[in-house]
Amino acid sequence: MMTVLFYTAAVIALASTALALTRANAAHALIYLIVSLLAIAVTFFLMGAPFAAALEIVIYAGAIMVLFVFVIMMLNLGDAGDAREMQWLSARHWILPGIMAGLLLLEMMLALSGSPGATSGVSVDPKAVGLALFGPYVLAVEIASMLLLAGLIGAYHLGRRFIIRGGERG
Amino acid sequence: MGGVGVPMEHALILAGMLFCMGALGLMLRRNIIFMLLSLEVMLNAAALAFVAAGARWGQADGQIMFLLILTIAAAEVAIGLGLVLQIQRRFKTLDMDSANRLRG
Repeated sequence: MMTVLFYTAAVIALASTALALTRANAAHALIYLIVSLLAIAVTFFLMGAPFAAALEIVIYAGAIMVLFVFVIMMLNLGDAGDAREMQWLSARHWILPGIMAGLLLLEMMLALSGSPGATSGVSVDPKAVGLALFGPYVLAVEIASMLLLAGLIGAYHLGRRFIIRGGERG
Repeated sequence: MGGVGVPMEHALILAGMLFCMGALGLMLRRNIIFMLLSLEVMLNAAALAFVAAGARWGQADGQIMFLLILTIAAAEVAIGLGLVLQIQRRFKTLDMDSANRLRG
């Protein structure tokens, strides 16, 4: 029964990702991508990683997708670009890289087909994650904090110039 | 509640298919917002592989790598969307082919 849930969530994730990346309208693509992220959160939960599932929803489907929504609203994109995007989506543009990516995927499936083992079915609770995070992985936490600081400064730099010059032009 | 025992290769194949979709989207879309979305899909697929590997051995390490990938994705999307605003302001388009000169 539970494995059926896993495969259902996997199919939903694949289908909604495919739909998201082929939309012409960015807002529609975001909705599909949120569905995909929720489905992946379900697979995390079923594989025994409830903390990762919660973070997937809160940060990916919440914070990051809201950032995308804000930027799309700020840019106020009309329907002008949609026709051009549809033209890019015609088959002769994507068929060759598509075939090559598909072949690589097929090779990976063949290489994985003999691998033994299933996921353990043991749920790793947030307490164990926290203990490992601030125990042996504390250096990784420091590196992540420095990365976030660099991201903060970079985003402030880029966004500040946008706001000031946008104001000057009225 | 406990987890469910799915075959390891099925979880990895799911991650691989999601990664392929992201890579394909990155190659064939020229709108920078869709390129950023494709990057998110690829990072997410890598995180899925880590979580599956962590669940395989019942260890917390997979979820810690997931946390780090989440941090990278958040930093990347903040910078990327700042660049999107700059590109839209300078070139009046989101088409990356027309923004190929860095000095506008």
